[in-house]
Amino acid sequence: MKKVLVMVLALSLVLSLFAGCNKDDAEVTDKEVTTTEKEDAQVHAFIFKNTGNPYGEKQMEGFREAIEKEGHTAILKAPENPTVEDQIVIINELIGQGVDSISITGNDFDALQPALEAAMDAGIKVLSADSAVNPASRMTHINQADPELIGRVEVQAAVEMIGGSGQIAVLSATSQASNQNLWIEWMKTELEEGDYADVELVEVVYGDDLRDKSVAETEALLQKYPDLKCIIAPTTVGIAAAGKVITDKGLIGEVMVTGLGLPSEMAEYIENGACPWMYLWNPLDVGYLSGYTAMALVDGTITGALGDTFSAGKLGDFEVIADGEATQVMLGAPYKFEPSNIEEWKTVY
Amino acid sequence: MDKVKEKVSISEMFSKFRELGMVLFIIALIIFIQFRNSNFLTLENIDDLITNAAILSILAIGMMMVIITRGIDLSIGATLALSGMSTALMVSANQNMHPVLALLMGTVVGMIAGGIIGLLIAKLNILPIIATLGMMNVYRGFTFIIGDGGWVSAYQMPDSFVGIATSSFLKVNTLVWIAIILYIIAYYFLNHTRLGRQVYAVGSNPGSARISGVNNDFIIFMVYSIMGALAGLCGVLWVSKFASAQGDTATGYELSVIAACVLGGVSMAGGVGKVSGIIIGVLLLGILQNALPLINVSVFWQLAIQGAIILFAVLSNVLIKRNSDKKNLARRVL
Repeated sequence: MKKVLVMVLALSLVLSLFAGCNKDDAEVTDKEVTTTEKEDAQVHAFIFKNTGNPYGEKQMEGFREAIEKEGHTAILKAPENPTVEDQIVIINELIGQGVDSISITGNDFDALQPALEAAMDAGIKVLSADSAVNPASRMTHINQADPELIGRVEVQAAVEMIGGSGQIAVLSATSQASNQNLWIEWMKTELEEGDYADVELVEVVYGDDLRDKSVAETEALLQKYPDLKCIIAPTTVGIAAAGKVITDKGLIGEVMVTGLGLPSEMAEYIENGACPWMYLWNPLDVGYLSGYTAMALVDGTITGALGDTFSAGKLGDFEVIADGEATQVMLGAPYKFEPSNIEEWKTVY
Repeated sequence: MDKVKEKVSISEMFSKFRELGMVLFIIALIIFIQFRNSNFLTLENIDDLITNAAILSILAIGMMMVIITRGIDLSIGATLALSGMSTALMVSANQNMHPVLALLMGTVVGMIAGGIIGLLIAKLNILPIIATLGMMNVYRGFTFIIGDGGWVSAYQMPDSFVGIATSSFLKVNTLVWIAIILYIIAYYFLNHTRLGRQVYAVGSNPGSARISGVNNDFIIFMVYSIMGALAGLCGVLWVSKFASAQGDTATGYELSVIAACVLGGVSMAGGVGKVSGIIIGVLLLGILQNALPLINVSVFWQLAIQGAIILFAVLSNVLIKRNSDKKNLARRVL
């Protein structure tokens, strides 16, 4: 009897082990919402990078809000780990289900192409949101905010905070993160082009979006550059870690922190002055706009071609604009979070 | 003939004072780093260094005991996250909760998590690596479930809770004090109590331990429970230190802890490991993590350098062991 029990338990453990590694049942978030009995109801799917990411949860929430408002059905999916393989499995499942559209926040720029092309061949409208996939894999892309604007605005904020002269540093995510690297390029461009002779970008360091490493990197920056005036951290974990270190070391007012971060994570440090203000787009709006774009593609209102216009519910009218050779829909300028509005946003996301 | 003898005696010395070798290595490293960046040996930076290494050092105590019994625990990163998330949710809902109560709660959560693993391994004879790998996923999943995929942020935590990790006594951070107290207890427990010696006995020869009347199953259950409790405690300390609880907190952290143990001379084959050794292992890792960003090493090289140093330590461990085994054999022939 005991032996049988041992066998069963050992087996179930091994199974749970596989459940963790196995790509085939990787989707954990599988909130299928069937709200509609409409005749011509469409099914729209959204695939985020991974589960357990509050930013992604908000994006999917916005998507669902838009889709359900128009009486359609939203399928929200995300793999447990942020990998391409897991996303491909989900795409193939959705093709099998015969959904009307797939919106995806890509885990890779190129690698999803075969799966997404297969989806388009099956008549599914495909668009990327937040993190783009390559132009051949999509009909259009929903861009949170202009990377150029993000990079430039952050440098302008830092320069304003330090009063026009002094040393600044950048604390990024991983050295491979494409979003962050693009923004940092634009920061450097702004520093070159603008009139910032007295501002020196001393170093770009990488906290890998890990709390402990981001803290260690921030501390190292403070040790290496005693005259450092401002840290720009264009990533949620990084900016919160920097805010925490500045607060703990009693350097509020001496070293400023700015960048991109979740209002909930940064509320403490915006309220205590470690971070005078920072930026982010609203992930609810990114999801909401994706939802309306997906519906416009399925309805045939737009085809994803340059110059198409459509209406996106409460967000107003949008136009499909150029993104290099391809097209995109731009949500707008990054939103500024400061002491006066952080109170209302910190509980939102 | 004389030369051979001399060689043996040097290696003998080295194996006796393996920790001395590591200490010399660390001193050389410190001198090198200080030469590259004079801010390294400032009081502030040393304070940063030991505070950041405190959590790692606490976990290393538990991991050493587990490895001594020929086991391994891969679940501690997940246990840490689970305990951190549940405590964070608890204090954010009850802002007046006493910090000591929070510490206690996290420890209990961790101890239960570790106890379950201990039972699986001791009573059901599941291989430690499989049991802990499986439970790692289970606990990580629980963390996402109880946190509903979200994070608990700084503004939701009461000051008293965040204060655990920012407070200090005699200018030394509370985290460091907790680590020091735990090291004293661990030293006494492992070297001067019957139960502590039995941990070594089970690891070096389970068969003879059993025959000599050691309750092997209980010892195994105990070390995983202690490991879990320490991971649970560290979960609270982690969340307090960084003022944020995420579902993916400390993912992969178990590998750093295992590395610290291996660097400290704990043998993966079991039976061998000293408290003084893991202090050195933790110190070495702590210095690397603190100093590599200070001396302007490219990010691409940082990981490679860390890996190379760990490999170097393990290699020296293997070589020394082979030498001392050979020496023991030679003694037997004579």
